[in-house]
Order: sequence, then structure tokens, then C-alpha cells
Amino acid sequence: MLKATVYVTIKQGVLDPQGVAVQGALHSMGFQEVESVRIGKYMELSLDTDDRAEAERRVKEMCEKLLANTVVEDYRYELEG
Amino acid sequence: MKFAVLVFPGSNCDIDCYKAVQETVGEPVDYVWHTATDLSAYDCILVPGGFSYGDYLRCGAISRFAPVMSEVAKAAEEGKYILGICNGFQILTEAGLLPGVLLRNTSLKFRCHDTVLQVVNNKTPFTNDFAPNEEIVIPIAHGEGNYYCDEETLKELQQNNQIVFTYKDNPNGSLADIAGISNKRGNVVGMMPHPERAVSELLGSADGKRMFTSILKAWRDTHGTASVR
Amino acid sequence: MAQQVSAKEPTAQQIAEQKIYQQFGVSDSEYKLICSFMGRLPNYTEIGVFSVMWSEHCAYKNSKPLLRRFPTSGPRVLMGPGEGAGIVDIGDNQAVVFKIESHNHPSAVEPYQGAATGVGGIIRDIFSMGARPVALLNSLRFGKLESERVKYLFEHVVSGIAGYGNCIGIPTVAGEVMFDNSYDGNPLVNAMCVGLIDHDKIQRGVAKGVGNPVFYVGPPTGRDGIHGATFASVELSEESEAKKTAVQVGDPFMEKLVMEACLELIDTGIVLGIQDMGAAGLTCSSAEMASKAGNGLELYLDQVPQREEGMTPYEMMLSESQERMLFVVEPKDEAQAMEIFERWGVICAKVGKVTDDGRLKLFHHGELVGDMPVQALVDECPVYEKPSSVPAYYVENENVDTLRYEEVKDLGGALKKVLASPTVASKAWVYNQYDYMVRTSTAVRPGSDAAVITIDGTRKGLAMTTDCNGRYVYLDPEVGGKIAVSEAARNIVCSGAEPLAITDNLNFGSPEKPDIFWQMERAVDGMAEACRVLDTPVIGGNVSLYNENASGAIYPTPVVGMVGLLHDTDHITTQGFKQEGDVIFLLGETKAELGGSEFQYAVHGLTEGRPPALDLDTEKTLLAGVLGAIQSGLVQSAHDLSEGGLAVALAESCISGSIGAQVSLSTPLRSDVALFSESQSRILLSASREQADKLEAYLSERGVPVTRIGSVGGESLAVTINDAQAVNEPVEGLRQVWEDAIPCLMK
Repeated sequence: MLKATVYVTIKQGVLDPQGVAVQGALHSMGFQEVESVRIGKYMELSLDTDDRAEAERRVKEMCEKLLANTVVEDYRYELEG
Repeated sequence: MKFAVLVFPGSNCDIDCYKAVQETVGEPVDYVWHTATDLSAYDCILVPGGFSYGDYLRCGAISRFAPVMSEVAKAAEEGKYILGICNGFQILTEAGLLPGVLLRNTSLKFRCHDTVLQVVNNKTPFTNDFAPNEEIVIPIAHGEGNYYCDEETLKELQQNNQIVFTYKDNPNGSLADIAGISNKRGNVVGMMPHPERAVSELLGSADGKRMFTSILKAWRDTHGTASVR
Repeated sequence: MAQQVSAKEPTAQQIAEQKIYQQFGVSDSEYKLICSFMGRLPNYTEIGVFSVMWSEHCAYKNSKPLLRRFPTSGPRVLMGPGEGAGIVDIGDNQAVVFKIESHNHPSAVEPYQGAATGVGGIIRDIFSMGARPVALLNSLRFGKLESERVKYLFEHVVSGIAGYGNCIGIPTVAGEVMFDNSYDGNPLVNAMCVGLIDHDKIQRGVAKGVGNPVFYVGPPTGRDGIHGATFASVELSEESEAKKTAVQVGDPFMEKLVMEACLELIDTGIVLGIQDMGAAGLTCSSAEMASKAGNGLELYLDQVPQREEGMTPYEMMLSESQERMLFVVEPKDEAQAMEIFERWGVICAKVGKVTDDGRLKLFHHGELVGDMPVQALVDECPVYEKPSSVPAYYVENENVDTLRYEEVKDLGGALKKVLASPTVASKAWVYNQYDYMVRTSTAVRPGSDAAVITIDGTRKGLAMTTDCNGRYVYLDPEVGGKIAVSEAARNIVCSGAEPLAITDNLNFGSPEKPDIFWQMERAVDGMAEACRVLDTPVIGGNVSLYNENASGAIYPTPVVGMVGLLHDTDHITTQGFKQEGDVIFLLGETKAELGGSEFQYAVHGLTEGRPPALDLDTEKTLLAGVLGAIQSGLVQSAHDLSEGGLAVALAESCISGSIGAQVSLSTPLRSDVALFSESQSRILLSASREQADKLEAYLSERGVPVTRIGSVGGESLAVTINDAQAVNEPVEGLRQVWEDAIPCLMK
């Protein structure tokens, strides 16, 4: 059993309206040090395999095909277990 | 001429598209389930609005893997007319049939109201019944209609006349006020506004009618005398 | 029988000795009664089941005697209260199905999910009758919009409603939002759904046919919202803030699939009984279905789809996981039903069987873990006649002179102040977040007196509205109750439709308090009388009590949801002035009535005195006259006078029509009173110059007081009173004030 943790974030340079709104809110609450906020997605996948190399290849494929839209999103992942 | 209205789990403008075809051009129209594997009988494929798969993960991200979508790609290749409206537009971009992506509205809110569009390209099969640069009233209803693409793609869209509609008063932050675009060939169009909701004065506007009559006209032109009703 | 399933659960003995039942809101005397029905001490699961079935939410134990006072039948009523929703005939084998329901307490704790699941629940009530849901409405109340907490609640309630309704594809076409201190900390979120059905498709929630299988439809059951029904029946406190787990999470996508699959199933004609799992989930739906058929039911809990591991019978029976339904078919039709759900990707599992012993029996891991008499669960909950007494504030208000303040001279300024009051101001910020056009039948959009949707394949339409001014009801519950029904009818008539029937949502404070129970009684009496006189029976509704917070009870708010039949879409009438030169008429009589008015609240910061009076016969005459005039094609625009009186009605008609008006009044009243009085039974009409005389004669002949007060035109709203200029404001300026008020506060 392997656990994959996938992070999907909006690419630098692409407007993240949610991030902008949260940054504004933080500023109005007095957290002036916040220079930018980028909001992304966090996903946990349990994989029924022990083959790390194979898992790595497959998770990358999942990210490219479905989990991220690479037009506007970046992704990275970690494998554990 | 025969129309198909695709139905994905969570589509909710399928009925509206179906009714609009019946009321505007009166040509035969079928609902086609997302699992279908043959679209050869159809001349125009409407990809309707709604919340396919709940818009979970990203709008259109899951639908684009439905079996019917490879048939849609094939139909696009063959030069058939494909119109994606709202969620349908999102699906077509996710499927790579149209460039770019639809992000969340800058207001972060769902917005539903009439918008004034400018018909930037009236040479497509979907807009030939409009005058050049005509202003028309078509409603929007979306939370993620903020069109985005990189600069290079935008330049390409502009150079190839692929921008079909722009907003007069940008409601969602779309790049270059884009409301609808086509592919290079012009037979695939995606738009966030809902022409199928604007086919009767009683419901607010009848400007959308001419998109459907445009399609029929384009089809008749290319099929010439061979077409028998 | 096995009395115990989990080591953690107290035994039947402990429940009795330590009075654990009290934690479930079961009183000592109720517990005694339960024991006598059971013939033994109930175990943990059983007391849990009884406690939700005997809660106010399910049993109406405090409100039943009052609900009996409503007229519930009429020549058009096909189904009154008791089923998922009431049904009214609209001709051509078609009928309209509608109901309103509250989700106040969940929304106070988690506004987005609370509001969203409220919408989901009311939609299930409609499609479980076999009807196609065609429209949603909502009636919302919040505290003063200046407070950060109120803004948070308002923003998230609205987006919760939008999130659910937009996704499932049912247009949210109308509603109302009001703001008043009294709702601080206890917002009201009432959602209404309207559906269409053919007479022969009407379903009932009955478990018919001994031996027939019972099916569960929808997503697996989790530990969501356990004890939601009892939660809805206690006052909000710090403790309920901590009880956040009691709030369920909605999945509109799943509901869309469940809805389509269920409607397809019903269409086959094989369904014997179907009911949604709302409050108290599996418990309430199974017990009620068995009760209505006079049967019993066995449930095999191991077969219930489960989202979490190790769920106990107690948890499964009380879970309020959303988007679930229960239905019964004959064994021979099982495969056909299963095929439909499989195609829609919806879970469907056989979880029980109809029996003839009148008992609800629960089996788990091969053992009988609960065995209760169905009739005791559904029908034997004690009904309480609470003591009632006239509140001191009501007596004191009799002597309040609402005219004791100096006359306001800057009437243009006062008009802007009232227009900017969030209760009166444009609600575009709200309804532009709702998809009000999907299904392409919305002919009159949100923002007019009532919304109108068309009925495909006919020239008919349905008009719908929700109404209630809690301030009036507070100041005089009986009059306020009459006004709520009458104003709803006025809105329906102004849109060109004939009022059919109402559904009501009785939102009140704690019935344990005699003052509050008095409010309930009087309000219901007023509503009932209005319903009788105006021929609009009550076909269903909901009661929400214990709406209180640290500072006391909310204003009594019996919300009325009304539906009307538009005989021809040509009759559709809207509030906006239409054309330069049209003649403006004021119908009804204006008296010095400022008690409970928006002017009193916005300008003086008060709610006091007696509310405007209402004479039901006068109202009836007015409504008949206006509807007739509209149907005869004499009317260009129609607008009900409500909050803000004549001044606001004129301003709204100008703003909606984007055109000015010149009005001159001659009156013995003070100018501010003439403009802002909220006297009832008044309507503003406009007619073309050619039709004006005809309209005036038509109304006069029918006994409607009618005064020609001016004409449409120009770019300003100019009003003179007894020949002195009172208001002269550019319409665009008024529009700005009216449109910007809520967006500015929400920035």
C-alpha cells in the first residue's frame, strides 16, 4: 500500500481570484505581512501497489490527464509508505 | 438536418437546448447519453450547460473522459458543427477541442443576468444570421466563466478571427472580454452565455434564435440541393 | 431479544435510572407513556427513535391544535397537509405541487450547508410526490446588516441556496429578504419548491402490500446530522455552536441523479409508495410509510448502505445524511427498478419488508435490536395546549401615538433613506447569484411583485411569491397574519394571476412562553380567516419553534408562500411603468398608519404602535377588481403597496420602467404620512391614456376606491402634495441609492 499526496496549485502568472480575496481579508484583519496567497487543492490517494517506480509513473499520468489542468495549474506529489 | 443534445450526469440545460432547437428551426433533435459511442447520425452536436459531475475537481474535467467525447472529437475532425454552451464550453476546453480555460469569476460569485454581446465574427456557421459587430442580448449564468489563455494563444485567436463574441460589460474578468471562441476551422464554438435561453421575447430576449437559424443555414449551404426535408 | 448492541450505549435500565432520555428532549411524562406503549423499558435505539418521532419537528406536538384552525380543503385541492407536499388542480389534468420548509437552526450554525440542505430537502418533498420541480423560492430574515456576523450569515446562506439550486438545475425565481435586529443570532431560512404533475402520476408515502420489499435509494448513510430533528426543536445556545456535527452536508449533483432516477421510476407506474428521508432520516420515513398504510415494517440494517465503519442501529436510524429516499414496489418489479438506478449511477438497496403486525422491527447482525409499535411512534405523541397570555408590550403599544414625532420635511431625503434600507433596497445582489432562468420558463424574473413561470405546451402560467412582515405580526399577530396572506394574494394578482392556495412556515419563539404561544394563536387565527375569505386554503407547511437567542424571541414570522394560476400569458403584468403619458391610479385608501412601517424603522429607529388595519372584504373587492381589469387588458403596470408605502411603490415602478412620473396628491394627512403610511389593500396601477377612463369606470363599478394621481413621463419622480412640492428626484439617482445599498454594505 502506498499513499500519494497530490498538490495542485494555480500557475504563477495566472490570476487566482480566491487567493486575492483571501489576501485582502487577511490584510483587513491586520496580517499586513501577507504578500500573496495562492489557493490550491490537496488530494490523498491510497494506491494498492508496492512498486514505487510504477506508482510514480501512474500518479504523474493521473495528474497530467485529470487531476490538474496544466493550462493553468501546476502539480507536485509525494509518495509515502 | 439532425441535432444531438448530449446528456452528462448533472447536465441541466439539456432540455432547454432541445426545446430551443424545436422552437427555432424545428429540425429533428435527440438527447444523446454520455455513454453513446456513435454520433454519425448527427450534423450538429450541442454540448449543454449544467453541472456535469457536480463540477467536482474542475468544471468539465470529468465529463471530458465520457465515452461520447471521443465521438465528439471525431465529429469535430469531420467538420460537423459543435456548440458548447456554458458547462459545454468548459468541457470542450478541458477536452482540448478549444484553447484556453474558464476560471472562477473575479467576483467569486455565480452571476445570472442578461449581458450585451458583440458579434465579433459573423462568418462562422453559428453566427451568419447576425450583422457584423451586431449587439445582441444573451443571458449568462455561471460561476466559472472567466476565460483565460496565454498571450500567444490570444494572439492566435485574434489573428485567426477565432473570437466570436465579446462582452460589452465584462461580467467575470474574461481576458479581452471574451464571451465565446471558435476553433481555427470555425466548426467548433464554445460560449459562456446561453443562446438557448434567449429564443422568445416572453422570456426576455429572442436574439439567441438566430444562432440556431445560422446553423441550419450553414448546413443547407454546404449540403446544397442534396438536402431534403 | 437483544437489548444491547454496543458497549458504549447505556442500557435500558440506565436510561430509566439516570433519566438519559431527557438529553433527547423527552420529558418524564412522555417517557412514562413510551414505556407503557412498549410494555417494557425502551433500549437506546428505541428511545432515540421515539425522541425524534415525538419531537416538535415530526409530531407538531405544540402546534397541532393551532394547525387544525386552518382551512385545508377547497374545490381545487387534490391533496392537503399530511403528505410530502400539497397539490392543487390547475386544469387539463395538470396540478401544481408546492411546500415551504425551514432550515433555520442548521443555517445559524453552518450557513452554507444549512441553507443548501434546506433547499435539497424541499426539492425531495416535491419529487417524492411524483412531480417535476420547476421553481424554487426562499424567504430569509437576518439581523441588522451592519454587523459582521450578519454579513457572514447572509453571504453564506445566499451562496448555499445558489450552490444547491443552480447545480440541480431548478430556477430560484422569487423570494424575500428582510433585515431586523430581532433576527440577530437566529436567522430564518425558509425554502419553497413548486412542481408540476399530471393527476394520474400523484404518489403517496405508503408502505402498501404485506410482503413487498422496501428499497433505500441514495448515497450511503454516514453519521451526519444525528438528532437534527431534535436539534431543530431546541433554542440556540453556545452549546449548539459546538454541536456543529449535527449539520449535514449537501450534494446537489447526487440529488439531481436521485431525482431523475426517481421520476423515471415513478413514470413506469410500478411504485406503490415513495417518501424522502428528511428530518429523522430512516426512522421517520419508515414509520410514516408503515403508519399511512396501517402496516408494519421490518428493516435489515446490515443492508443499509453505509459510509462509515461500525455504525450502530441507533446511528443508522437517526442519521440525516442527505439525498436519500425510501420506496416500495412489488417483488416482480424489483429488477426493473434496480435497472433504472443502476443506469443513473445511484445506489439502490433492498433494506426491508412490509409486514402486517403494525410494528417497526429493526434487525442488525441477525438480532432484533428494536421493536416498536408504529402507531405509537406516529400518532400517539401527546399534544400540548400551552398556556397563553397577552404580552405586556402589546397592551402598552395600544397607547403609542405613532405621529408624535415632528413631521419630516425633507421628503426626498426620507425616500432615499427608506430606499437604502436593506429590507426595501434592490435584492439584485442576492438573486443574481441564483440561476433564475434555467428550464427556460421564467417569464417574470425576481424583483417584481411575484415571479411567473410558463407551463410548456399551454398558454397558462404560475405566479408565485412569499410574504410576511414580522414587525406587523409582532405588533398585532392577528392583523399581521391577515396581512401576510393578503399581501401574498395582492402580489399574485398584480402579476395577473388568480390566487390558488398557500403553504406556510410558522417561525416563532419558544411555545413554552405564554407570550409567544399567544402570538402563535393569534397569528394563526388571522391567517386562517384571511385564507377563508380569500379562498386560498392551506395545503401544507412547516412549523419552526424555539427561534430564540440571548436577547429573546424573533419577531413572530409566519411566512406565506402562495401560488396563483395565470390563465393566459397575455395577462402577465409587471410593476414597472411602461410608457410616457400613461395615467397612474392609486387604488384603496391611505390612512395615518405608520406603526411597524419601514419609515418608522429606517427614519426613527422604532417598531411600535399598532400595525395598519386590514379589512378582508375590502381586500377581496380590490383583488377581484384588479384581476378583472388586468384580464380585460386595461392595465399597463401593477404594483402592490407594501414596505415604504406609496413613495417606495412609485419609486420602484419608475426604477423598473426606467422612466419618471408626475404625481399630485390632495390629502388631509401630513405629507410624510401620506407618502410613507403602509395602509393595506392599496395597489398602484397605470393605464394607457386611451384606456384610463375605462379602467377608472371598471374599478369604480366594482366598488374599488380609485384615485387618478398622475402620469408617467420625464426622468424624475416629482410628487406634489396639496400643490406643494414634496419630492423631486431624478429616477437615476433613486436607482443608484436603491441598487447600491446592499452591495455597499457587503463590500
